Amino acid sequence: MNEHVAAAWRLLPVYLSQHVLLSASALALGLLISLPLVVAASRSPRVRWPVLAIASLIQTVPSLALLALFYPILLALSSASQRLFGHGFSALGFLPSLLALTLYSVLPILRNGATALTNLDPAVLEAARGVGMTERQQLLRIELPLAAPMLMAGVRTSAVWVIGTATLSTPVGQTSLGNYIFAGLQTEDWVSVLFGCVAAVVLALTTDQLLGTIESGVAKRRPARVWIGLALLILGIGVAIAPSFSSGKPAYVVGAKSFSEQYILADLIAKRLRQRDHAVVVRGGLGSVIAFRALANNEIDTYVDYSGTIWANEMRRTDRPPRAALLAELSDWLRKNRGVTVLGSLGFENAYALAMRRDRAEALGIRTIADLAAHAPQLRIGADYEFLSRPEWQALRDTYGLRFAERRQYQSTFMYRAVASGDVDVISAFSSDGRIAAYDLLVLEDPKQAILPYDAIVLLSPARAGDAALKSALQPMIGAIPIERMREANQLVDRDENKLSPSQAADWLAKATHLDAR
Amino acid sequence: MIALEGVSKSFANGSRFAVRDVSITVPARTFVSVVGDSGSGKTTLLKMINRLVDPDAGVVRVADKPVDGVPAYALRRQIGYVFQGIGLFPHLSVAENIGITPQLLGWPKSVIATRVAELVDLVGLPRSFLPRMPAELSGGQQQRVGVARALAAKPAIMLMDEPFGALDPVTRDTLGSEYRKLHDEMGLTTVMVTHDVMEAVLLSDRIVVVRQGAVVADGAPRELLSGHEDPGVRALMDMPRRQAQRVRELLNGGTPSEQSVRERPTRE
Repeated sequence: MNEHVAAAWRLLPVYLSQHVLLSASALALGLLISLPLVVAASRSPRVRWPVLAIASLIQTVPSLALLALFYPILLALSSASQRLFGHGFSALGFLPSLLALTLYSVLPILRNGATALTNLDPAVLEAARGVGMTERQQLLRIELPLAAPMLMAGVRTSAVWVIGTATLSTPVGQTSLGNYIFAGLQTEDWVSVLFGCVAAVVLALTTDQLLGTIESGVAKRRPARVWIGLALLILGIGVAIAPSFSSGKPAYVVGAKSFSEQYILADLIAKRLRQRDHAVVVRGGLGSVIAFRALANNEIDTYVDYSGTIWANEMRRTDRPPRAALLAELSDWLRKNRGVTVLGSLGFENAYALAMRRDRAEALGIRTIADLAAHAPQLRIGADYEFLSRPEWQALRDTYGLRFAERRQYQSTFMYRAVASGDVDVISAFSSDGRIAAYDLLVLEDPKQAILPYDAIVLLSPARAGDAALKSALQPMIGAIPIERMREANQLVDRDENKLSPSQAADWLAKATHLDAR
Repeated sequence: MIALEGVSKSFANGSRFAVRDVSITVPARTFVSVVGDSGSGKTTLLKMINRLVDPDAGVVRVADKPVDGVPAYALRRQIGYVFQGIGLFPHLSVAENIGITPQLLGWPKSVIATRVAELVDLVGLPRSFLPRMPAELSGGQQQRVGVARALAAKPAIMLMDEPFGALDPVTRDTLGSEYRKLHDEMGLTTVMVTHDVMEAVLLSDRIVVVRQGAVVADGAPRELLSGHEDPGVRALMDMPRRQAQRVRELLNGGTPSEQSVRERPTRE
């Protein structure tokens, strides 16, 4: 088996079980909410109209946005509950995903159910009253059984939607089959993306088939069929989610944001822990802010972040102290205000930087950004979509008085190609990007320190502050990864041909930095 | 047995009367037909008896007790109801359909089974039909099940709203006369709504004619056939007589007389 497929296959039990657990819970909760609404809607047009309108409206919200919106809402609720009752809850991962998917699952059930109940044969309903049924008996013995096939069809549609949409819960910190897709998308590992898609499709089709069996059993009034379908469904859910409940000792959870370097470093950390016989789970694809919050809430135990990111996003600081001073102040602040431990810096920076082709820079005699400023009016700059609107650019522009002849924006892959081919002279780059080495680019020095230092630092959650086992496993990594090695490792994953998986790149990095022996 | 006392019912916020100040008494064991055009309020009158419609004013009594003295569902379990829509429960078998009211009343299963078997015999269906689903039956067979279902809990009163209206003429005639026999044998009190005067004349002991929510005639078929002060009632009752006369003339080998062919007698 191909190494990429094998790596994906190993992750399947965890991803699948989380995906099934999430989807099944959301669907069950959705049913619980929509059934009373279906009955209420069928009883009164005054209820029906707004209920269906709201459900349709929710459906039009892009699913990713719906998932993302639950994070701030839950965060606010959690801090309110913290104030009122003394304990909060996690605004990340399972809960926001569950709520968003539940809302999503309601519409098909609601619409089908309400349609079925309001379109029953009036003669049958008159007969039900005529033979002396109470409202309740009429609902339970006549209306619901007659609406059941259409209601089941709604449940089926809903199940397929939920399983598909659940792949989008990865960025809010919920593990799902979407982890394959998001990780693969970032590292351009199309095998992983495809694997995630196929897994989600197979899961959706299987569920659809089983629910279809139940549906046809209901429609044809074959109770045996319904029970067989139900039994298989429950058995399937049970088997699928078993791995989520069978972990023996508490596993370490290693977080990773959604780009190659993060996946490689998370894998490196995970491998070191596994070598020491600890159970490890990697939760990848986290948004930047979400990763830190998850750590502060003890939902992940450790991950690698960058000093400048925390300085700006968490500490809300706009001043730019020197590298060492910033790191010291940051470590102090995190320990006091968030209970988070900074284990140390890995030894490289992943900062925004300006880069030029080495031969071009030498020809113009440019080594630093200050040198660049003099030539800038004759040069063209290429940037990614974000850079020119970021504070880093403003700081650079104002500090060095940079004015370029032309600005162009590129998707990052094309930005590197543009500078290599000479379409632009300078680009915005990440200092640890593998393509800097691959295209033989020169990262210009920043003598006035206009850009914040972005040291890669290992963070430990409050609950792991005193965890000696974890610390001893990670301590050797501190200061052990020079930027050249990190660039090369990133390049192994990011290059177009003969790509390695993040896990393979982690192995390479361990060897190259002699971390495998420490 | 059944008494409607000054009942009224209006729809559309009181702007339109369906029934206006109607009083009718139906003694036990009588078969009364309520005849009128569509929109005359005859169905509303019938539904007031089992409270599918509640009157705005007036009182309905069954067995001398006001019908609103018990919950509507309890009242309906004591009164058989057959209507043009038939309304068999499509997800229940013939046997389950017939046994529904006894089941709601909590009869023991074995007693229900015996009663259901008895009823299919009574309405002239083979017992092999019991496990079938309603969709497998013809219209006539379905309404036989409908009648059996209405009779299942041994009601003293049967309400029928155009019960045979949707059936073909032969089936309609057969079912009608068979039902009349059941009515007599079981000592039922029946109120039937129909727009078919011939059916009313042939089946009932008494005919009540309603027009625009009010009773315009009330008497034995024979009385009404022999003339009435209201021209509309006269016209209505003249039709079966003319049809009978025409058939008689045809049987005698003659041609129908001009008078019997005329659609409606000229109004005076």
